[in-house]
Amino acid sequence: MLAAMLLAGCGSGDDGGTSGGRDGGTGGGAVGGDLTGTLTVFAAASLTGVFTDLGDRLEADHPDLDVQFNFAGSSALATQITQGAPADVFASANTGQMNVVADADLADGEPEVFTANVLEIAVPAGNPADVTGLADFEREELALAVCAPEVPCGAAAEDVFAAAGVTARPDTQEEDVRAALTKVELGEVDAALVYATDVAAAGDSVEGISFPEAEDAVNDYPVCVLADAPNPAAARAFVELVLSDEGRTALADAGFRTP
Amino acid sequence: MRRRRARGGQGSVPVPLLVPAVVAVAFLVLPLVGLLVRTPWSELGSQLTAPGVGQALRLSLVSASLATAVSLVLGVPLAWVLARSRIRGRGVLRALVTVPLVLPPVVGGVALFLVLGRQGIVGRWLDEAFGITIPFTTTAVVIAETFVAMPFLVISVEGALRAADARYEEAAATLGADRWTTFRRVTLPLVAPGIAAGAVLCWARALGEFGATITFAGNFPGTTQTMPLAVYLALQRDPESAIVLSLVLLVVSLATLLLLRGRWLGRAGAAP
Amino acid sequence: MSLTAEVRVQRGPLAVELDVQVADGEVLAVLGPNGAGKSTLLRVLAGLLAPDGGRVEVDGEPWDDVAAGVHLPPHRRRLGMVFQDHLLFPHLTVTDNVAFGLRTRGAGRREARAAAAGWLARVELADLGARRPAQLSGGQAQRVALARALAGEPALLLLDEPLSALDARTRLTVRAELRRHLGAFPGSTVLVTHDPIDAMALADRVLVVEDGMVVQAGPPAEVARRPRTDYVARLVGLSLLPGTGEGTTVRLDGGGRVAVAEETAGPVLVAVRPESVALWPQRPDGSPRNTWPVVLTGATPHGATVRCELAGEVPLLADVTAASFAEMGLAPGARLWATVKASEVAVYAR
Repeated sequence: MLAAMLLAGCGSGDDGGTSGGRDGGTGGGAVGGDLTGTLTVFAAASLTGVFTDLGDRLEADHPDLDVQFNFAGSSALATQITQGAPADVFASANTGQMNVVADADLADGEPEVFTANVLEIAVPAGNPADVTGLADFEREELALAVCAPEVPCGAAAEDVFAAAGVTARPDTQEEDVRAALTKVELGEVDAALVYATDVAAAGDSVEGISFPEAEDAVNDYPVCVLADAPNPAAARAFVELVLSDEGRTALADAGFRTP
Repeated sequence: MRRRRARGGQGSVPVPLLVPAVVAVAFLVLPLVGLLVRTPWSELGSQLTAPGVGQALRLSLVSASLATAVSLVLGVPLAWVLARSRIRGRGVLRALVTVPLVLPPVVGGVALFLVLGRQGIVGRWLDEAFGITIPFTTTAVVIAETFVAMPFLVISVEGALRAADARYEEAAATLGADRWTTFRRVTLPLVAPGIAAGAVLCWARALGEFGATITFAGNFPGTTQTMPLAVYLALQRDPESAIVLSLVLLVVSLATLLLLRGRWLGRAGAAP
Repeated sequence: MSLTAEVRVQRGPLAVELDVQVADGEVLAVLGPNGAGKSTLLRVLAGLLAPDGGRVEVDGEPWDDVAAGVHLPPHRRRLGMVFQDHLLFPHLTVTDNVAFGLRTRGAGRREARAAAAGWLARVELADLGARRPAQLSGGQAQRVALARALAGEPALLLLDEPLSALDARTRLTVRAELRRHLGAFPGSTVLVTHDPIDAMALADRVLVVEDGMVVQAGPPAEVARRPRTDYVARLVGLSLLPGTGEGTTVRLDGGGRVAVAEETAGPVLVAVRPESVALWPQRPDGSPRNTWPVVLTGATPHGATVRCELAGEVPLLADVTAASFAEMGLAPGARLWATVKASEVAVYAR
């Protein structure tokens, strides 16, 4: 019956399915027709952990539903969607790439911001170079990584450096957060500027250092059901789950912040 | 009448070969056509003279050429060992040589870190003993490209060595040449076409190298940002400029290869 | 003895056991069918193949001694080798090919090229020094290969089927030239061939090899006269007669004349196969042009035929069937007439 409630909430925008009832099992789903078929979600790579988890929960409630994910950089996903990739849901790591999709009239309704991410300094476990804040990115003797200005986390990095008046001397401008984080994990750089969620996901080999200037570049994550979605009912159910309290709790656990 | 038909039959390609060949050409050429169609020709000039482009192009050409040079110096002797020596474990050695061919380049980059990185087996020692760190330098670009591209050279040179008549080497031995002299004065000139072909393959592969480079050398304009990295990053923000950059890389590499080929074939034509 | 070799090699099913001695200035022909172990012997002498047993000694210097663990690599042996398909280095000019062995043995470029030019002049190819091997005819290439092998002034010259890749006409002229150079060569020569004419024309001694073993050894004429096996008989039955060509007639050095089908001039060798010689008790009627009185001096039966040694103005070998040998009641000392058709007489320049 809870699943039915969830379905009933679809489209209303802010109904979240009471989180306590999640254990209630999968019995329902008859109201409004159970969800079947395949649901294809295109989501920013930083959402991999949370969305996989949420997808499992949705599948548990709807045994006949198969949730498939395509996790990649938001711009790559936006390109694939505009080139006609058959997706039901798009969750972007920034509003810019969501706008690319929305401007092409491929979004069903207004995209909704469901969470946000802020930058954090990632250092190898033990923080061997004694990095304490953004100013350490001026230290020439350190091996430092930021994201390339062409990708969202790099653009955000430029913003925070500008706001802090720091002239960063990075050794490398990585193509995405994951690449920057890998170099921290391997101990090949002393610090990298990445998202808080990436630090949370990285495990014990990486420590995160938050800094006040991060508030100057809060990164919003919008989500939408796509206009050409092959499975719009399931798409709406997934978006509802993401926007629910249950979804927000899961996001918060992964280091995301509530918008 | 009959004679003309016979002559036509000699030059024509049998249908079972012609059809797949045409499909193959279409398969290879159409994506290129796609690029050309989408090229914003009006912006071409401004894109080409954008400050980062020349830098990335120069870095690409220099590092690919250096990687080819390193591959020649190390890879030709390795190919000789694989083709001519009777050392044990040659089969295993050959399989190991092809590892970089099947390894995803990004993984190759990580593997290079584990050896030559600051924390790597060799890199740690280099850092402590000489204060040398390799990652995020142009040297790292050359190393990453060499790692990925050298197998192409080794495999083609080994093939050339196997195809070459080893009796010429015996003839040289009966004329007083030791193995090194034989290698230098007989083997090397005999397999020169194979080496040239291998070097071209190697250079082309190094020029297009992306994964191992961006992983091991990182990406920084002027130091480690080669054209493929610039193209990839441009794609994140401005697909049209990515197309222009790809086109530049394509034109420059094709021009280089045609130039080399013309010069090389010219020499080969004089001495059949 | 300049070359002394006892060679023991196992090559798959073939056990090669050959003992070879060649004096300075002597040419030994190793004659035998394909797969008899001839080339294996040559490769061992060259150092390209290490023997399983035995020794190779040249001018008292051990090149191979399996018991003593001695194996000199090919490049440290003072030898020259000519291969069947010349194996001239395709990327070097003719001059540089000939100079190659001199350069590897320490000569300067200029010096080596000058010496190479001298050798090219000796094989009458002085004008072709700047060419590449691909621009030479087969005969020219093989003469360059000979010059290349001789230029290093080797102690041992190895010839591996040097003429068999050439067409018949070229073979004659190259063989004649080879004969001249071998005559002038002071070291030992081992010639491997499956062509008895090469062996007869070029060698001082013949070693007939079958299945890795020597079946017969001796001077060419001796081996031809007294073949010890059918194989040898078939192989080396030629009578070789030196003479001077005068149109379709050859005046033999030992007196007598032989009519031939082709016009020739100058010094030539006439070759007559024993099976083409017919014997008659009386001078035959309507005699062919080649009819000579002969005396039977020896007879060796092999298989169904008897090889007859004939003395006279024109010494010959003749094969007759055992039946007609008995029918004619032949015995040494018998006076007979021998005839040969002009078209069955081979003649070539020497």
